[in-house]
Amino acid sequence: MLTTEEKHQIDHEISLVPSPKNACIEALKIVQQSHGWVSDESLKDVAEYVGMSTAELDSVATFYNLIFRRPVGRHVILVCDSISCYVMGYEVIRNQLFEKLNIQYGQTTADGRFTILPNCCLGTCDCAPALMIDHDLYRNLTVEQLDEILSKYT
Amino acid sequence: MEKPLTQHIVPGRKPLNLKEYEKVGGYQSVRKILKEMSPQEVQALVKDANLRGRGGAGFPTGMKWSFVPMGPDAPSPKYLVANADEMEPGTFKDRVLLEGNPHQLIEGMIVASYAIQASISYVFLRWAYKLAAKEITQAIHEAYEAGYLGNNILGSGFNLEMHLHTGVGRYMCGEETALLNALEGKRANPRAKPPFPQVSGLFGKPTIVNNVETLCNLPHIVNNGAEWFKKLGLTEDAGTKLYGVSGRVKTPGCWELPMGITIRELLEEYAGGMQDGYLFRGLLPGGASTDFLVEEHLDLPMDYGSIQAAGSRLGTGTMIIMDDQTCPVGFTLNLQHFFAQESCGFCTPCREGLPWVEKILMAIDKGEGKPEHLLTLDFHTKYLGPGNTFCALAPGAMEPLQSALKYFREDFERHIHEHHCPWSKSKAWQPSI
Repeated sequence: MLTTEEKHQIDHEISLVPSPKNACIEALKIVQQSHGWVSDESLKDVAEYVGMSTAELDSVATFYNLIFRRPVGRHVILVCDSISCYVMGYEVIRNQLFEKLNIQYGQTTADGRFTILPNCCLGTCDCAPALMIDHDLYRNLTVEQLDEILSKYT
Repeated sequence: MEKPLTQHIVPGRKPLNLKEYEKVGGYQSVRKILKEMSPQEVQALVKDANLRGRGGAGFPTGMKWSFVPMGPDAPSPKYLVANADEMEPGTFKDRVLLEGNPHQLIEGMIVASYAIQASISYVFLRWAYKLAAKEITQAIHEAYEAGYLGNNILGSGFNLEMHLHTGVGRYMCGEETALLNALEGKRANPRAKPPFPQVSGLFGKPTIVNNVETLCNLPHIVNNGAEWFKKLGLTEDAGTKLYGVSGRVKTPGCWELPMGITIRELLEEYAGGMQDGYLFRGLLPGGASTDFLVEEHLDLPMDYGSIQAAGSRLGTGTMIIMDDQTCPVGFTLNLQHFFAQESCGFCTPCREGLPWVEKILMAIDKGEGKPEHLLTLDFHTKYLGPGNTFCALAPGAMEPLQSALKYFREDFERHIHEHHCPWSKSKAWQPSI
């Protein structure tokens, strides 16, 4: 069930476009904002609300990298794996993260704290290697900084 | 040296708010066009200035606008979209403008909207640019309060709405018709052209999509004229350009410089040359989808014509340096993995061809390559090239591949003959999920 607040926010997005369907990505973002991801149930609710079939909405939801159709941890770590970070040796950072958190790409730590995902260019190539945790960008990364960075997220 | 685009940007400092921006001449171009110029005159001015699109394609901006139907019988509403989806790997120039001076972008968008008589405008911003989102939201709010946006702007009778739309991550959204599908709440597949967006774009209405840097140039062209703008460039191409350098250089960064500065000046004077212990091997001049250039090209001017004549593209003007300790096969594999992953899957050559290319490169990288693999890669560069695919994604992907096979073929062959990667670094490469 969509909450009153979610409906209110989705209604606002719908008011800006010619047809409710046109607001479907915004609606998915709103649901993901409150739940962390988009479950099958949420998908069905949103589809009904904006007048699309669930299949049609899922084809949109699964197209985009940052609509999560599987549960994620409380914090999502996005590791930039694009060319400038590659040249600057991002793999060392990635491997250390895998080791420290004992998970691989696409997995969530047992305590539900972190999910790690690979990510295309974060647009901060002059400060490579880089990663993002939730809304925070970390640049010019070294392995030594990782513990302190991770400790900020509970 | 004049730096119109970045003159009010100080890294690390908050961008100018509306009052401060007005004090240094901000929004003068809006006052000028609304008072003194017809939309057609603004279009003609930008055409005369020879402003070319800064997103990568370099299409003349004034000409792009000229295809929009004008006059009382034109379809309505018309739309203006700022393409702020900067997702080309190795590119970080629009971020500087978005975070550093959001009012300059808004001013440019008002100029462009007036020129094509658009009444609704969008900033299509990539999700990762959180700081930019905050600054633009605030700046749009201020611009509404001051009467630069909304109905009857400065009493002129011209109306313009502006909205910020943040994406949810997909390289395809940078392609203008795919971006329009994303804005409409659809999968970001590109659309068939014609009809071109200028005639039938967002929600089927006339639409112009311009890059952030392109739009930021407009206030300065209106204020200072076409001749001034042309003189900023050192070669045939007009204006300044935001250039960037990343990779193993001493001081990577982004700088506004006259269009046509040489690669060597950028690399040595601004980026400080290679880091100690690293040698230059090649570079991609303007993002992941441009052909490699090598040592012999270092004295070329970084403008549209010169880089094209050398077999590559100026693209976004943000170059990625490949050093001697980076494996050319690993470098190319990283790029092809990106393109294979970001293909929208709509057309067969791209959907099937790019993963095939990635698979072969992975085999070569692991030391499992066969001599015939190079021939397979060669024919892909033709079959996935211009004219064989629905949009420019796969042809763009083939640019670094075909030039890597040309300039670094010996390195590819060494992997195959020696059955391992001579650079240990790329052994650590693992495919992403």
